[in-house]
Amino acid sequence: MMQALGVVLYLVLAPFVGALLDGVDRKLSARMQGRQGPPLLQPFYDLAKLFSKQMLAVNSVQMLLNLSYLIFLAVAGSLLFAGEDLLMCLFMLSTADMFLVMGASSDSSPFSTLGAGREMIQIMAYEPMTLLLAVGFYLATGSFQVGDIVSQPGSAVFTMPGFLLGLMFIMAIKLRKSPFDLSTSHHAHQELVKGLTTEMAGPTLAVMNIAEYYEMTLMLGLVGLFFVNRDPASWPLAVLACLLVYFLEILWDNVSARVRWNTMLGGCWVVTLLTGGLNGLVLMLMR
Amino acid sequence: MEIIPVLIAWPALAAVLMPLVSDRKARGVIAYVAAGGMMALALAVFGGWLAAGGQTVALYPQSTATEYVDLAMLCGEFVLMALIIALSIRHRKYPVILLSAGQTLLVAWSEIAHPVEQSTHMRLDGLAMLLCIIAAFVGGFICIYAVGYMKAYHAHHTEYKDRSGFFFSMLFLFLAAMFGLVLSENLVWMYFFWEVTSVVSFLLIGYTRTEEAVNNSFRALWMNLLGGFGFAVGIVYMAMVHGAVQLADVVSTGAAIPVALLAFAALTKSAQLPFSSWLLGAMVAPTPSSALLHSATMVKAGVYLLIRLAPALAGTTAGVMVSFIGGFTFLAASMMAIAQNDGKKVLAFSTISNLGLIVACAGIGEEETVWAAVLLMLFHAIAKSMLFQAVGAIENSLGTRDIEAMHGLLLRLPRLTYIMGIGIAGMYLAPFGMLISKWVALRSFVDSNNYLLVVFLAYGSATTMLYWTKWLSKLVSLHHTKEEVRDKTHRDQYLSMFVHAAATLGLCLLFPLVSSRVVDPIVRTLFGSAHAVLSMNVLTTMAIMLVSVLFVPALMFVLTRSTHQDYVPIYMGGANMGDNTYFVNSYGAPQHLYLSNWYLRFEFGMRRLMRPAEMVSAGVILVMLCMIVGGAV
Repeated sequence: MMQALGVVLYLVLAPFVGALLDGVDRKLSARMQGRQGPPLLQPFYDLAKLFSKQMLAVNSVQMLLNLSYLIFLAVAGSLLFAGEDLLMCLFMLSTADMFLVMGASSDSSPFSTLGAGREMIQIMAYEPMTLLLAVGFYLATGSFQVGDIVSQPGSAVFTMPGFLLGLMFIMAIKLRKSPFDLSTSHHAHQELVKGLTTEMAGPTLAVMNIAEYYEMTLMLGLVGLFFVNRDPASWPLAVLACLLVYFLEILWDNVSARVRWNTMLGGCWVVTLLTGGLNGLVLMLMR
Repeated sequence: MEIIPVLIAWPALAAVLMPLVSDRKARGVIAYVAAGGMMALALAVFGGWLAAGGQTVALYPQSTATEYVDLAMLCGEFVLMALIIALSIRHRKYPVILLSAGQTLLVAWSEIAHPVEQSTHMRLDGLAMLLCIIAAFVGGFICIYAVGYMKAYHAHHTEYKDRSGFFFSMLFLFLAAMFGLVLSENLVWMYFFWEVTSVVSFLLIGYTRTEEAVNNSFRALWMNLLGGFGFAVGIVYMAMVHGAVQLADVVSTGAAIPVALLAFAALTKSAQLPFSSWLLGAMVAPTPSSALLHSATMVKAGVYLLIRLAPALAGTTAGVMVSFIGGFTFLAASMMAIAQNDGKKVLAFSTISNLGLIVACAGIGEEETVWAAVLLMLFHAIAKSMLFQAVGAIENSLGTRDIEAMHGLLLRLPRLTYIMGIGIAGMYLAPFGMLISKWVALRSFVDSNNYLLVVFLAYGSATTMLYWTKWLSKLVSLHHTKEEVRDKTHRDQYLSMFVHAAATLGLCLLFPLVSSRVVDPIVRTLFGSAHAVLSMNVLTTMAIMLVSVLFVPALMFVLTRSTHQDYVPIYMGGANMGDNTYFVNSYGAPQHLYLSNWYLRFEFGMRRLMRPAEMVSAGVILVMLCMIVGGAV
């Protein structure tokens, strides 16, 4: 029952939560840059407008692959919010990403192919951390099941602070934030134009955006997993922690410039090893 | 069970017949009959084994007949030795002679000086049966594929002498040896078949007789002979110290030195670092031999032996050595695969890498890891054989196997691209078998407190992801070119590839059944007990994933097909000439669009990584072997 509720709530609310957070992000970023910024609900207006546009496409499979991306992300998130296996959820997450890469490559367009290539490097950069994260939860709580992890007597963050740091580091990739926004950007005047999303227009782009909102909620759900425990009071705390992490990501986005791919890859791999890797080693020795 | 010698003799007979037939048509017919017969025989053995209860069956106790076979094998070994010596002298590779003569004389001396009472010579159980089925069906279909392939190969490569008869002969001889190898319980018998596979592999790699082929074949030979040397010393040690040369005795006594030496032999055979270069060099041979020997079956002989030894490896120094080498190879080979643009090289690296994972699982030697190892072996054999065949067929049609040339292959060779797609998806995507095994492996690495392997697996999965994804995205690019490509693939080839594709999909759909009916009993035989590795919960999750992966894209296809879309040209900075293929360059002339993959050669190239990886692994093996020998003496 609780499982079904979690899935339904996630499927219904995640796009709204994501879009709202996106609105907050734009507002905050604008203020950090000394601008007024768009209204809070701008992402909703954007989506409405995108859906109202003509269905333009460069080939027949783009929409299908984007929709698959959306659904796989929804399935991955549902696995998390239903309290299912964390490792499976993360495998599903990378499978979803595959469809996005396929979608962008299918265009055979210079800019979206460039973006797709960079997206693949990004996946390679963040994936070790996500796998180690699942192992970390298994070491700390004795289970890969999210349902078991959230019903522990204490919060996982006390035993696995390193993993949280590592996750925050790679989350910049997943949220498409600077310094790791290599595969696509919000500004079309750059060398990669819009990268991955160059050939996406109207409803196709809207689907991609909704998928990103699902992904954002999923990532923040992972952060929340560090704080939630048996005590119901930990839930609001977890939400606060998620908001704080999200704020830190926005701050980082605004104070850093995009890096080269090898800096990103090396950085992510080394940070993964130093945070998650060492934390996991300590947990294993403590067992 | 009287049919077992027939199973071994049937392909051997085909091997004898093949070179005598010079007509291509007739040879094709013989290949079909031999392969079909082999499959039927394997099924008959399987049926007989099931009817007898599906238990471990011990065969051929010591008798006069087995004495004769012993003698025949000894003669066979000397023939192999003479062949190696002759070829080494002709090609001036003298050190190989020492390796070959050394081990053959060692085994011969041991058999004469330390005769051992043997209880059984062969044994049939679940694992042996599975390997027989793989060899018979995957191998059989590859032989059928080869009928069409070799015709196209020699039409395409007129510079090489057509020795197809010899080629087919070696393929079937190899399959015969493979059946013998997996069914042997007596180490001396197993050693004989082991040597046959090494020599056949050597002869096939040198098929084209170019300088590169000859050099690569000798590299494969000396590496495999080095392993064979370890095998021989292991046999002699068992015979002298323990007075037994049964594989089961090695496992039950858990004698450190023979276990380590046999494991060493297995590492060379399954091309683990530092012995990976022979498998990479083997790619000069025609594709069927790459598919058969160097991915689907021969390298499986190494992991087969390791899985047999797994209970004796659990928790020992030898086990640590094997699992470290496996995990390290998994990571290093998958990194080097990124920098390759030759399709067969990528497949070779991926083979080495996946075998590394199987080896790591076997080295841990727990029930769960062996479960994962057996499953990985099964999925890998089928998917990889299919991928090799598809690449071979693409090469015959395109004239190259460069991945860069496969841009937009979906529009040019759609059928082959779908086959490639199924194979690639089977190799790494959720929820196909490889991924489930990876999931189980990760959990059991944690349970066995082997953190280093966890790290290897985490990073290795990421690198594996990259090299498959970029290949797949190359294939699905919808790029229209004016270059016409004709699909030169023969019907024999399609028959084989379709069967493989159906088997891959079938295994995924029937996964719970494969797990409970095939893999669980094998683990039970090896360990005496087995608990369910996959809980019901995981199976439900997997069912959800399988349904979504198979049906979501299909559903979306139906949904989006009916919607009206207006097609526009792609964005090329305003210089698109309107056909998405040409753009206006700075001289105002049309320029063909060329999109390249990422290869990260400076970071992940073989030149940068191979030497350090070999040094690390060679050092670890050397030190660990010294520790094991020193600790046991």
